[in-house]
Amino acid sequence: MSEQAKPLLEIKELHTRFHTLDGIVKAVDGIDFEVYQGETLGLVGESGCGKSVTALSILQLLPCPPAEIQGRILFEGKNLLDLDQEDVRKIRGNDISMIFQEPMTSLNPVLRIGEQISESAKVHKSMTRQEAWRWAVEMLRMVQIPEPGSRSRQYPHKFSGGMRQRAMIAMALSCNPRLILADEPTTALDVTIQAQIMTLLQRLKDDFKTAIVLITHDLGVIAEMASRVVVMYAGKVVEEAPIKELFKDPRHPYTQGLLGSIPVIGRKEQTGRRLQEIPGIVPSPMETPLGCRFHPRCHKVMNRCCEQEPPMIHLNEHRRVSCWLEADSVVKESQAGSR
Amino acid sequence: MHNYLIKRLLSTIPVLIGISLLLFFMLRMLPGDPAQVLAGQMATPKEIENIRHQLGLDRPIYEQYAIYMSHLVRFDLGLSARTQNPVIDEIWARLPNTLLLAVVAITLACLLGIPAGIISAVRPYSWIDYLVTLSALFGISMPVFWLGLMLMVVFAVMLQWLPAGGTGSWQHVILPSITLAAFVVAFIARMTRSTMLETLSQDFTTTARSKGLAEKVVIVKHALKNALIPIITVVGLQFGSLLGGAVLTETVFAWPGLGRLIVDSILARDYPVIQGAILIFGLLYIFVNLVVDLIYAFVDPRIRYD
Amino acid sequence: MLSWTRESVMTENPYRRIWAKFKRNKVALVGGVLILIYVLSAFFAPVLFPGNPSAPNLMRSLESPTLKDPLGTDELGRSILGRIIYGSRISLLIAVGVVSVGIILGIPLGLVSGYYGGKIDFGIQRITDTMLAFPGFLLALALVAVLGVGLKNTVISIGISMVPLYIRLVRGCVLSVREEDYIEAARAVGTRDVIILLRHILPNVMVPITVQTSLSMGMAILFAAGLGFLGIGVQPPTPEWGTMLGSARSYLFYAPHVATFPGIAIFLAVLSFNLLGDGLRDALDPRFKI
Repeated sequence: MSEQAKPLLEIKELHTRFHTLDGIVKAVDGIDFEVYQGETLGLVGESGCGKSVTALSILQLLPCPPAEIQGRILFEGKNLLDLDQEDVRKIRGNDISMIFQEPMTSLNPVLRIGEQISESAKVHKSMTRQEAWRWAVEMLRMVQIPEPGSRSRQYPHKFSGGMRQRAMIAMALSCNPRLILADEPTTALDVTIQAQIMTLLQRLKDDFKTAIVLITHDLGVIAEMASRVVVMYAGKVVEEAPIKELFKDPRHPYTQGLLGSIPVIGRKEQTGRRLQEIPGIVPSPMETPLGCRFHPRCHKVMNRCCEQEPPMIHLNEHRRVSCWLEADSVVKESQAGSR
Repeated sequence: MHNYLIKRLLSTIPVLIGISLLLFFMLRMLPGDPAQVLAGQMATPKEIENIRHQLGLDRPIYEQYAIYMSHLVRFDLGLSARTQNPVIDEIWARLPNTLLLAVVAITLACLLGIPAGIISAVRPYSWIDYLVTLSALFGISMPVFWLGLMLMVVFAVMLQWLPAGGTGSWQHVILPSITLAAFVVAFIARMTRSTMLETLSQDFTTTARSKGLAEKVVIVKHALKNALIPIITVVGLQFGSLLGGAVLTETVFAWPGLGRLIVDSILARDYPVIQGAILIFGLLYIFVNLVVDLIYAFVDPRIRYD
Repeated sequence: MLSWTRESVMTENPYRRIWAKFKRNKVALVGGVLILIYVLSAFFAPVLFPGNPSAPNLMRSLESPTLKDPLGTDELGRSILGRIIYGSRISLLIAVGVVSVGIILGIPLGLVSGYYGGKIDFGIQRITDTMLAFPGFLLALALVAVLGVGLKNTVISIGISMVPLYIRLVRGCVLSVREEDYIEAARAVGTRDVIILLRHILPNVMVPITVQTSLSMGMAILFAAGLGFLGIGVQPPTPEWGTMLGSARSYLFYAPHVATFPGIAIFLAVLSFNLLGDGLRDALDPRFKI
């Protein structure tokens, strides 16, 4: 988990808006974070918080209009939003690639698997048809699909869900990208397959030395793979911390709620508390609450939270939180011990 | 794929039986004596008796059906009440003409309609999209026979570039086929547009783009290949509606085809020909749909490799 | 991918939302306005055009359009404009009649076929398949051959040829809704089948039916005009647009206006139903529209 001085990917002040018939939807409303080479960054949040949109914005896979992306997305120093279409194309699948959530629908049903995997190699690495196909078979072998030679000639409907996801991973890795955006890679799979895929992903990441942005709402998955975590809520970043610290000492009430809602056997005996839930539902992006977005559901809400949005407080060089509680207690940090 | 093909072939059997039943009972639903109806208004009592005997119209109904079916499978459709020629001959003489029109029309429609639909879908809300959408809307609203008449007035009467009717040369084919094609072009363009729009918004299209493929490749190799599958089905179905539209077009342009035969026969109450022609039309349509489904099975890998 | 949860949507009146969406679609609005014009002119025909539109006046036969008769006169000296206005009554009558036949026969058969499945479904489906073995117009033609000509038979023939479409549509809808949890919940509570069909399934069916109905009305007018043109639909002197076109054929070369205007009337009527149908489809589409 070596952090180099220069981050691989820097998101600064990213705003992604959708112009709809019902109004402007602010899916991502001013976020920033960094991804360093070779690390696994977890991007956590409930459905609708904007994490998928963030990934799609990075690769500019949203139709603009109706989408509108503002801000800076710096990849190895260059702002991706400034590049023209041709240059963006060269980055997609090559330097940055993406794994999607639904393996059932994310693969083209009328093209052979081998064809779909070898496409990026042909385009980006100028391989011939045969070379690319052989490389595709190799990739299938690396993602542990048995009989990769004959499997590569098959169509997606012959593959099971787990196998399709492996094929997607092979597709994403085929040009040895420096960064992979994994959007809920295991959500659509059975629990037993999930574990296999996560193990595979971890191993391949080590072999290929890629950085991964792991987008998920499943904290268990994050705990397995991520080294750092960014927590999003309603289009904004609410907390960021190294993994251990986040689990041991979550600062934002939302994060606390998320961790508290993980069922753990024996928790009731240990802590005397029942499974906690976060009351209420995620606000619609067209009707975000005033002040802190989380305040209608927060069990520690104060008056200030309803009026003003809390600033981002940097607790130390690795942690930050966006909460009024922290703003107040920063003053008391020197005096108070750990919570 | 074999399962699918067998199932498909088997499913035509009830339909064929259904059609035969439909026509069988159609005759008997007409007012009056069926034998008289078949023989026509000019028949002598002896001829009427002949027909009654031939078709067993004095026997119980299921025997009648058996006799009817035995004639049917030999394509013995009786004699025209008007001309006393075998119905099958009358039909056979005209069928190629109708097929000619239909094939030319569907070819025109695909050559024009599919590309128009694709371009429209790829550039939504552009001026070309509006043009295609509007034209297509006009095309499916326009009465076929009116269009034929208007084209005839302009091109045959006012400009005198093309003949007004009949057959003989390739020039005679132009106006009727364009008229016939109008509706189908519009329909196919609309279908192609909506299918492409839907395909372009599906997940695998996003996946293709995320790999850094050129937009043209995404459209043709990924989207179009998927969209063509339902489009082929629609083209096949439209062929059938062409056969219906042929009735009107042939009447307008005095084209000696099956459609015109049906109309003349209805006006002349020539029931053997009506029955026979409708049967042939039905068979044709079933056949075309069967072929389309076969192509479908071949083209869609989910069915082909199963 | 994107999921919005919004409590207020559940309490909002769904019809207001649909109407708002519909208003935005200008093209559909044009269609609606045109239909309104037709309906009004059909209603107020005697006011707009007093007298008998079918009364011959041979003195003024085949006159080109003038100020007095803006669309000219036909071969029997009758005002084409007047006949077109009265013709809208006939066409609208046919459209409504045909769709009524389709709905009255199609919806119950489709509901039953889709909900109960099994032998009933098989039987109804085979009959539907047989009817669909013919292109629509041909089926109507065949029925006319049996039933005879005239307005009533035209409506019945075209109506029956539309029934298989409705059955298919309804059945498809029922099949997709049938497996929903709330249907199973209703069954578990002991609700009678009839109530389930009427209260839970039927509302889902209404959306595609509404769209189809608008399009079918256009088709009905087109088919009826076709039959009229061939001489086997509505019979003269009733001013049905297709029939008018049919009689105009003989005079096409020296008086083309007799054929042009009724054709335009048919075209605009069908166009407006298609526009309306498209607009309804867009407005009622539950998918998230950006």
